[in-house]
Amino acid sequence: MYSEEVMDHFSNPRNVGTIPDADGVGTEGNPVCGDLMKIFIKVKDNRIEDIKFQTFGCGAAIATSSMATELVKGKTLDEAMELSNQAVAKALGGLPGNKMHCSNLAADAIHAAIEDYRAKHPVASAASS
Amino acid sequence: MTDRSVYLDHAATTAVDPRVVDAMLPYFTEKYGNPSSIYSLGREAHRALEQSREQVAAILGADKREIIFTSGGTESDNTAIKGVAWWNRLKSKGNHIITTPIEHHAVLHSVEYLQRFGFEVTYVPVDRDGVVDPGDVEKAIRPDTCLISIMYANNEVGTIEPIAEIGEVAIRRHVPFHTDAVQAAGYLPLDVNKLNVDMMSLSAHKFYGPKGVGILYVRRGTPILYQQSGGAQEGKRRAGTENVAAAVGLATALTISHDNLEAEVQHASRLRDRLIAGIEERIEHAHLNGPRTNRLPNNVNFCFEFVEGESMLLNLDMAGIAASSGSACTSASLEPSHVLKAMQVPIEIAHGSLRMSVGRENTEEDIDYVLNTLPGIVLRLREMSPLRAGQESWGSGDSHTEHTHQE
Repeated sequence: MYSEEVMDHFSNPRNVGTIPDADGVGTEGNPVCGDLMKIFIKVKDNRIEDIKFQTFGCGAAIATSSMATELVKGKTLDEAMELSNQAVAKALGGLPGNKMHCSNLAADAIHAAIEDYRAKHPVASAASS
Repeated sequence: MTDRSVYLDHAATTAVDPRVVDAMLPYFTEKYGNPSSIYSLGREAHRALEQSREQVAAILGADKREIIFTSGGTESDNTAIKGVAWWNRLKSKGNHIITTPIEHHAVLHSVEYLQRFGFEVTYVPVDRDGVVDPGDVEKAIRPDTCLISIMYANNEVGTIEPIAEIGEVAIRRHVPFHTDAVQAAGYLPLDVNKLNVDMMSLSAHKFYGPKGVGILYVRRGTPILYQQSGGAQEGKRRAGTENVAAAVGLATALTISHDNLEAEVQHASRLRDRLIAGIEERIEHAHLNGPRTNRLPNNVNFCFEFVEGESMLLNLDMAGIAASSGSACTSASLEPSHVLKAMQVPIEIAHGSLRMSVGRENTEEDIDYVLNTLPGIVLRLREMSPLRAGQESWGSGDSHTEHTHQE
């Protein structure tokens, strides 16, 4: 039911972990729904210098978290804000239909982390935009 | 990937016993007659069918006319529940059905279907181990109650229900009593008179028989309206040319399992107890679902906190282990197990359920392999999870309150 790319990212997820001194943290999902993603970002010169994730969820939830962090690492914050959940699913070669909504939240979690960073660093955000 | 493969999903289905296959084979290519035909080929098929029926009836302590061959447990449950309900509707009699929230979907969706036509349903609650109180069943009975349907043993958590006691209530109050015994067959006694049941569903592929065949026992004097129109087969209660090979397969499988019941129970219980003890010893924050005693000999079901079931199944599959989960992601409905919910397991914990059901071909080495593999899988997923023991809040957006990750 899962593509090879999904199974690859599920078996060997990239960027798992936390960043203790993260510049921004974003969370999406809810353990009651069976999926919870947490994204940590380190920002330098308005770019995502480092990114880590923690995810509680099914295979698709873990694979989309891994793929999404790969897609935005090194990108500017504005570029990362452009990433959509659909684009993450596409990069994984698609997801089963019933997984598109519940388990495909990684881009939203990244956006939340960037918004958290921008709220905490209004000067840096303003200067760079 | 691994070369080792351990099948621990016998509650889902079992491999067909080679002796069963041998018994079935002649009825495909040589003795292929229609049991309704009058010539010798037909009579031969008829004899095989009736002999299979007698074999099943003997094991159930029933009369052969009380055995209906069906396409499986789902059809048996549908026929029992809708059959009784529609007969009552036809006679303008009872309109109320009693069941439990932990039944198989074949039962739950049948009563929900009837609710759309005005039948009323009472769901008798279960306790935290999934056990039904016969006293609660009695309290739920109304003057218009036309059916009680309660499973013999639960497919997810292995709880064995007090069927004989519930049956006593049903007899005393003159209410027909159906039990879905699909998971019980092969491990628990099936004598319908000791169980005090009027109807009982069985499915062959749960006891090393073929898929696509089951039986419904219907006690004489329990009227049901047929659910499939056509010929006069199965005492006019189930139209359609009989699947003779499958009926022979079911009877052979049930006979083998009945003859070896004690040994099967001992073998499965030993493996089950080894698995439960090993998990409790090796994995923290693991909760056994279902009772410790009064449990199906082949059933192990745990919730592992902070991990999700499907990701466990995928990792187990990579290690060659086949198991099952009540997590939302493994169901089409995207809701976690209705059984765990009824047992008041918190939803976020129910997402991390894992069912392992042992069977005939499993060995102690299989169990030890699982016990050596599973803790690492749970640990890996927990390391990846933002949820942690003793962590009250998550998603605060404040990284300084987070636990540091253990690499």
